[in-house]
Amino acid sequence: MIEVSEITKSYGNGESKCQILKGISAKIYDGDFVVILGASGSGKSTFLNVISGLEKPDSGSVKYDEMDITKLSDSDLTRFRRETVGFIFQQYYLLPNMTVEKNVRMGVDLAGNSDYREIIKAVGLESKMKKYPGELSGGEQQRVSVARALAKNPKVLFLDEPTGALDEQTGRQVLDYICKLQAEYRFTIVMVTHNQNIADMASTVIKMNSGKITSINKNEMQKTAYEIGW
Amino acid sequence: MRSVGDIMVVGIKDAAKLIGISIISCCAVVVCTMFLNFYFDILQIEDNLLSEQEMIFYNAQISTSKVVCIVSGGCLLITSVVMLLFYIKHYIDTHKRELGILKALGYSNIKIAKNFWVFGISVFIGAAVGFLGAFLLMPSFYELQNEDKILPEITIHFHADILLYFVVLPTIIFAVLSVFYACLNLRRPVIRLLKNDLQEKPKVKNKMSGKNTYRSFIGDLKRQTLSSRKTLVFFIVFASFCFSAMTQMSASMKDLSSAMMGFMILTIGIVLAFTTLFIAIITVIKGNVKTIAMMRVFGYSQKECCKSILGGYRPLSYIGFALGTVYQYVLLRIMVDIVFKDIDGIPVYKFDFPVMIISLILFIVIYETIMYIYSKKINKISVKEIMSE
Repeated sequence: MIEVSEITKSYGNGESKCQILKGISAKIYDGDFVVILGASGSGKSTFLNVISGLEKPDSGSVKYDEMDITKLSDSDLTRFRRETVGFIFQQYYLLPNMTVEKNVRMGVDLAGNSDYREIIKAVGLESKMKKYPGELSGGEQQRVSVARALAKNPKVLFLDEPTGALDEQTGRQVLDYICKLQAEYRFTIVMVTHNQNIADMASTVIKMNSGKITSINKNEMQKTAYEIGW
Repeated sequence: MRSVGDIMVVGIKDAAKLIGISIISCCAVVVCTMFLNFYFDILQIEDNLLSEQEMIFYNAQISTSKVVCIVSGGCLLITSVVMLLFYIKHYIDTHKRELGILKALGYSNIKIAKNFWVFGISVFIGAAVGFLGAFLLMPSFYELQNEDKILPEITIHFHADILLYFVVLPTIIFAVLSVFYACLNLRRPVIRLLKNDLQEKPKVKNKMSGKNTYRSFIGDLKRQTLSSRKTLVFFIVFASFCFSAMTQMSASMKDLSSAMMGFMILTIGIVLAFTTLFIAIITVIKGNVKTIAMMRVFGYSQKECCKSILGGYRPLSYIGFALGTVYQYVLLRIMVDIVFKDIDGIPVYKFDFPVMIISLILFIVIYETIMYIYSKKINKISVKEIMSE
């Protein structure tokens, strides 16, 4: 379980200081599919960065089963990211001079995962293992980043607007792959999006506005990627 | 970049970043000006030579000046050209969007490329400083070249040809070369320039990619980092080559020539080695910031990031050191056995093994310290760097 308590985070100094997170608390349970919803500037991406260990908060705690990651040293935080979390970003961030297989091996080598070819197969890119990112469509590139993130067997998968750069059909396809893989590998999903329709796929929806959580709702009737609106 | 009139140009500030070229030009011009000026001046005393001993020494000095000018000047000229071309390509790659917008607005390649002439200023600054520096050092240099007073007194004259060869012409040639090379590099489709994230298919595919061998990600990244920036490989090899050749040569110079000559060679070697090494390392790290940030997001340690980005250059730097050792030995062998073979009192030259060991130890200590400092800098790269776009 991830337990977030009274997180605050500011950027800038003096008069230009801007408080992005204003005392946020939430609980995320193992195997949950959490969507963090909010308008641009609501602080949702900063919240994701803090709970995933990419950034340290100014105050408050982020506990993973009693381990407070805000207190970890830089090397311990690196080990935490290595062993616990996976990331998928809107812009893919694949290495352009490496093939699909080698990009996925970025995650594989951290976990000693020998069945990574199965994951590439699971995202439907088996026939494109020797292709370079520049030879793939946006949707295919995002599927490579999904395979890369999952190849290291993360306990929690963080996604920052994963469909933001994709068209509707490709976006649905990527979300469908992620959901199917979650059902198989049982990891927790924490996804940031501004698309309200994607919230219908989640089991928990956290709504944010101006650096605060405005509501946390449980969703009893989760929809598939092909059932939601766009 | 800044906007002047109707077109965005490369600013003086951008040209100032070419400090490496200025330093190399300066070193090249100091050495070549001193020796060529000496060559021109010594030619004027040819008619005054009476004895055979004077004639032999005169011929040896003429040969030395020619060899030093051609070897040092040639090496440093090639390095300056490689560095200039590297900078221009790097500049275009890092300013793709701005240049793409200009092309999209209808500016021709040549109109944009014309602004790259300012890169020639870096050569002018280096050459001018080197030229003046050479004239400051010249009295002591002339004194040393004729220390035993074998030849009649050689007077220092100003030769306008040298100013033309080593300051004016290089500035013009490098400015023209900058414009020409920029024009060549701008011949890319506008969309490729505008979209930074539009990833191009690599020109050279990994030869092993078709085989079923398993190599670690770090090993692959190390190889890919090396093969994608071959110019940087040249710089790293050149830096260690300079360090090795110049430190060992300077020690031998104490016996073969003078302590001052040794000190001059040592200074030039160290300046060249460090300038090139720093430029190469900074470029490698800057060019891989996003890869490093992504690796850190995934949980790769500082050591693993350094190994994959900088580790590949280590064996190459030792190759550069070995080449430098061979080069200085062969050069001094030629000087002693061929150029000065008929001169009396020239000491016997043998390969100085202890000096080589000291130079190697110094090289290892300095190289590893620099790598350690930069590995700490890698550790400071924020994992948020990848989200800055």
